[in-house]
Amino acid sequence: MDAFIFQIMTGFATGSIYASVALALVIIFRSTHELNLAQGEMAMFSTFVAWQLIEFNVPYWGAFAITLVFSFFAGMLIERILVRPAQNGNPLTAVAIFVGLMLIINGMAGWIFGFTMRDFPSPFENLFTGLPVALSGHEIGMLAVVFTMLLLIFLFFRFTPLGLALRAVAVNPESCRLVGISVNRMLAIGWGLAAMIGSVAGMMAAPILFLDPHMMAFIMTYGLAAAVLGGLDSPLGAIIAGLLLGVMENLAGAYVVGPELKLPLALLVIFSVLVFRPRGLMGHVVIKRV
Amino acid sequence: MSAALEVSDLSGSYGQGNVLYNMNFTVEQGGITALLGANGAGKTTTLRAIYNLLPQRTGDVRLFGSSTERKPAEAVARMGVGHVPDGRGTFDSLTVEENLILGAYGRRDKSAVRDDMKRMFGYFPRLQERFTQQAGTLSGGEQQMLAIARALIGRPKLLILDEPSFGLAPVVVQEIFSIIRLINTQEGVAVLLVEQNAGMAFALADQAFVMETGRIVVSGKSADVAANEEVRRAYLGI
Ligand SMILES: Nc1ncnc2c1ncn2[C@@H]1O[C@H](COP(=O)(O)OP(=O)(O)OP(=O)(O)O)[C@@H](O)[C@H]1O
Ligand SMILES: [Mg+2]
Repeated sequence: MDAFIFQIMTGFATGSIYASVALALVIIFRSTHELNLAQGEMAMFSTFVAWQLIEFNVPYWGAFAITLVFSFFAGMLIERILVRPAQNGNPLTAVAIFVGLMLIINGMAGWIFGFTMRDFPSPFENLFTGLPVALSGHEIGMLAVVFTMLLLIFLFFRFTPLGLALRAVAVNPESCRLVGISVNRMLAIGWGLAAMIGSVAGMMAAPILFLDPHMMAFIMTYGLAAAVLGGLDSPLGAIIAGLLLGVMENLAGAYVVGPELKLPLALLVIFSVLVFRPRGLMGHVVIKRV
Repeated sequence: MSAALEVSDLSGSYGQGNVLYNMNFTVEQGGITALLGANGAGKTTTLRAIYNLLPQRTGDVRLFGSSTERKPAEAVARMGVGHVPDGRGTFDSLTVEENLILGAYGRRDKSAVRDDMKRMFGYFPRLQERFTQQAGTLSGGEQQMLAIARALIGRPKLLILDEPSFGLAPVVVQEIFSIIRLINTQEGVAVLLVEQNAGMAFALADQAFVMETGRIVVSGKSADVAANEEVRRAYLGI
């Protein structure tokens, strides 16, 4: 029984990483209806930036903060110079841009930082040792960081004028412009936020996975799956689906099919859900009276 | 004193072929101007051209004396214009309150916005009852009221309305038109009213323009245009 609870809690911890990536995808999808396939690689690159800062003897939390700021502006810049000019109404152009971006960032990371696996430190390594839970110090700290971030993001969207404007752009861009909101600026900010959320996921995952240019590949697969499962336009759906996926994957790996087949099994479950609920667990139902 | 809106030699297109041809009209400060015409005459397109939302346009558009040349729509909106688009354009999945807050997005004096919200409830008491409700769940008339309140809470000096009577029961239209008049007389807000409901528009406006296939074909004092039998028959079908 204890082992079972342990498996669930470990699943929850990895699930929080999937949830973050899924949330980043949903934030961009809601306002542009595009899936940023390069989200994982952006997070990987941000994590390398944090790693480099720590190598330069910047204290961990200083490096963490600088990486957040770097990621935010890098995300805005990518939207401004690569994504926006490619808006010609053809969805295939967008896919090509995102795949290109993915390859470029991956190549750049390899070129700058090398392809060898690197240790990435955890600030929580030796903390929480006395607690009666089976999670490692890092897993507990990671859950705390990710959930604090999710809470802050929720408060931002729910209670600030800028958060409201970001939500409004997803509902009706033209009306936004007619009340004086710059939709372009909101899209850039959305990209910045998504990049920042991804960087937190990357920095939290790196101590477990080790850091190399392919670190985010399978996290991105789960993040994408969670975003789809959650309904693509539902932030809460993405988070719940991410956590569920983490738990499911872990239980399947421990009790059902073993670690090699847990990924296919998790994806199979998602496809089955989508067959019966095409708009995902919490996809948008427009309440509309005509 | 420069006009609230001055449109000179305005032509425009959606890409292939002109939809607007050489339009000239003005809305005086504090005045009410009606822009009339049958379906497809180009009324909504004219408004889109004013906001630079049309792919191509030539000519000169001035708001309170300043040109809108090369300004993006959101910048035009911040030049003192409140817009009530056709189909109302409310944020359906957001609450009434959030819709109103968004209407005041460009304002710096956030503390006065709450007072203005109360002022809007004076005009539209029903919005107060629906304060926390999603805009998409309001009735058509209530959504129109919300769209007008959202435009007014930005404290515009010019209010543009695109067919505010569309799809509404006559009593509701009456109510909305009397509030438009009230806002005009009490607050001195100029109004550009696009309508197919010519009878009500003539009663409200002091100037009227009639459009047909992208051109202004008749213009003048509202009462004169209304009295012109031929205009009524040929262009307005009344
Ligand atoms: N997005 C568009 N692309 C191409 N042509 C358009 C577009 N929107 C409108 N048109 C054309 O422009 C002309 C004017 O349309 P517009 O919507 O301005 O008319 P309107 O006077 O507002 O009519 P209504 O009273 O029905 O709203 C029509 O011939 C229409 O087919
Ligand atoms: Mg129209």
